[in-house]
Amino acid sequence: MSSFWLTEEQEAIREGVAKVCAKYGDDYWLKTDDTGRYPEDFVADMAEGGWLGVVMPERVGGAGLGLTEAAVMMQTVAQSGAGFSGASSIHLNIFGPMPLVKFGSDAQREMLLPRIISGEDKMCFAVTEPNSGLDTSSLETRAERTNDGYLINGRKIWTTGAQRANKILIIARTTPKDQVAKPTQGLSLFYTDLNREHIEANPIPKMGRKAVECNTLFIDNLKVPFEDLVGEEGKGFQYLLHGLNPERVLFAAEAVGLGRAALARAATYANERVVFGRPIGQNQGIQHPLAKSWAELEAANLMAFKAAALYDAGKDCGAEANAAKYLGAEAGFRACETAVLTHGGMGYAKEYFVERYFREAMIARIAPVSREMILNFIAERVLHLPKSY
Amino acid sequence: MKVLVPVKRVIDSNVKARVKPDQTGVDLANVKMSMNPFCEIAVEEAVRMKEKGVADEIVAVSIGPVQAQETIRTALAMGADRGVLIQTDTDVEPLEVAKLLKAVIEQEAPGLVLMGKQAIDGDNNAVGQMLAALLDWPQATFASKVEVSGQTVKVTREVDGGLQTLELDLPAVVTADLRLNEPRYASLPNIMKAKKKPIDVKAPADYGVDVAGHLKVLKVTEPPKRTAGVKVENAAELVAKLKTEAGVL
Repeated sequence: MSSFWLTEEQEAIREGVAKVCAKYGDDYWLKTDDTGRYPEDFVADMAEGGWLGVVMPERVGGAGLGLTEAAVMMQTVAQSGAGFSGASSIHLNIFGPMPLVKFGSDAQREMLLPRIISGEDKMCFAVTEPNSGLDTSSLETRAERTNDGYLINGRKIWTTGAQRANKILIIARTTPKDQVAKPTQGLSLFYTDLNREHIEANPIPKMGRKAVECNTLFIDNLKVPFEDLVGEEGKGFQYLLHGLNPERVLFAAEAVGLGRAALARAATYANERVVFGRPIGQNQGIQHPLAKSWAELEAANLMAFKAAALYDAGKDCGAEANAAKYLGAEAGFRACETAVLTHGGMGYAKEYFVERYFREAMIARIAPVSREMILNFIAERVLHLPKSY
Repeated sequence: MKVLVPVKRVIDSNVKARVKPDQTGVDLANVKMSMNPFCEIAVEEAVRMKEKGVADEIVAVSIGPVQAQETIRTALAMGADRGVLIQTDTDVEPLEVAKLLKAVIEQEAPGLVLMGKQAIDGDNNAVGQMLAALLDWPQATFASKVEVSGQTVKVTREVDGGLQTLELDLPAVVTADLRLNEPRYASLPNIMKAKKKPIDVKAPADYGVDVAGHLKVLKVTEPPKRTAGVKVENAAELVAKLKTEAGVL
C-alpha cells in the first residue's frame, strides 16, 4: 500500500474544494432540494476553479491527476453538506468523458474535452434502458448505418442531467445480437449533440436529490454523423467497462463524505440537546451507534482509497472498487439513518438537514449497480463460485 | 517591480484554540493550520498588482517549521512566483522575524513589502513596523486600499474614526487590513502549477540572526467561560437589572 494519508497536494485539493463548497451551505442545498432548482452557480464555481478537469489530460487543459485526487475532491463536495445534490451535479464530468479521453480521435479530444472542462458543454450519459437495466448487452437502442452516419432509435432511463445537457454520450447496438459472437460485441458509443427535436427527455419524480434530475429518453430518428462515433464501431461495451471501476470508487467516496456530514451533525446535536438535565450524547445508547458509524465510514473509506490507489497504479481494482462501493454506500446510509434517529423528532424535520441526507444516502445503495450484483461479482471473481444468473 | 510577501503559518481561524493542560501554550497537536488570514489578503493584493502589470514578481517568505512550506505553496497556488522558507522550530519573536526579513530583503531588493498587519496567533501587530524601522523605509499600516504609481504608493489606512490616505516613496512596507480585498481560492490548474514553482529552504543562521529570543511565556490561560443568562418576566424587570446588576443605565 502506498500510504494511509493524503499527500500535501491532495490536502491542497481538499482545501481548495472545501473553500468553494463553503460558499454553499446546507440552507442552499435544502432550497435546491425543495425547489428542484439546479445548483447552477455551484457548478459554475467548480468549473471556474478548473475542478471539472481534475482527471483530464494536461494537454487539453486538465490537471492530469488520478482517481485518488478525484475521489478526494468528490468526497469533499459531499462532505461539505452538499451531499449527492452537489456531488451528482458534477460527478458525470469527472469520469463520464473517459471513453473520449481513452478512445476518442485526436480531433475529438482536442475539440471536445476543453469544452467539457470549462463547463461550456454539459454532457449526459445514456446507458441504462427500461428493458435491460444492468444487463447492458441486452440493450435495445439501435444505431443503423446510413449513407452519412447513423440513425439512432430507442429508449433510455435514469439519464442524469438530460434537461440541461447539450451533449449526449450514448451506447446503442450497431450489430444485432444474433450476428455477433458474444452479446457484448456489436455495441457502439457515440458522443453527439443532444438534439431535442429527436430526443424527448422527461424527468422522473424521485425520492431525493430533486435538483439534479434523472430522465427517461425517447430517441426518435436521431441522426449522428460518422465523426461522432467514439473509437471503433462494435467496441462500445469494452469502452464502457473502463469507466465502471472509477465510478464505483467515486460513489464510495461520495457516500462516505455524506455519511461524515451526517455524523458530524448528529454529534453536534447530541452534545447540545439536553434532556433529563444532561446532553443526550452522554447516553451510551446515543454514543455507540454514532461511534459505530464512524468506524464503518472510515473502514469503507480505506477500501475506497485502496481501490483508487490500485487503479492509479494501473493494477486491477475490480474487487476492491466493487467492495468499496458496497461498504461506502452501506456505511453512508447507516450514518445518515443514525443521524436522523439521534435527532429524534427533529431528524424528521427538514430544517435539521439530516432528513435530506438520509434520502440521498439511498442513491449510492442503488446506483450505479445494486448491492446484489456487487456481491455476485465478488462471489464469482474473488471466491470462484459458480455464476448464479 | 518585485513584491515580497511574508506569510505565516498559524492555527486555522475556524479552529477553537485550546490551551495545553500545563498552560505553557496553545495545543497545536493535530490542529488544522492555515495561512494567517491577513497574510492571505497581502498575497491577494500582490497577485492583483501582478495581474494589473504593476508587479512583475512575487516572492513569498515564511519563517517556521518544515510544514510552513505548505503555507508558501498556498501562496504560490494563489499566484506568487517563488518562495523562501527560513526553517526553524523555534517560535520566533517579532523583532527576530523583522531581522530575518530585513536580511532576505537586502538580498532580494523588492520594490514593495506587502504583509498582513498581524498574525492571528500572537496578535502582536509588530513585525511590519519593526521591519520598516530596521530598513529605514516608509511604512503604511492597516491598509484598506493600495495603489502603486511610478515610484510612489498611495495607501488608504483605516484609522480610528475614519480613513487616512498617505503617499509613500518606494520601496516601502505596507501592512494589510481586513477590508483590503477578499482573497481568491486557489484553482486546480494553479495548485498544479504551484508544485513546479521553486522554494528555497534556508536556516536563520544563513542570515546571521539568532532566533533564541528575549521573551518567556509564563502562563497561557483560556478566557473565562460564559455563564448562562437569565430570563426576565417583563420590561420593568429588565430595566431594573440593567440599572442595578449590569450598571449600563
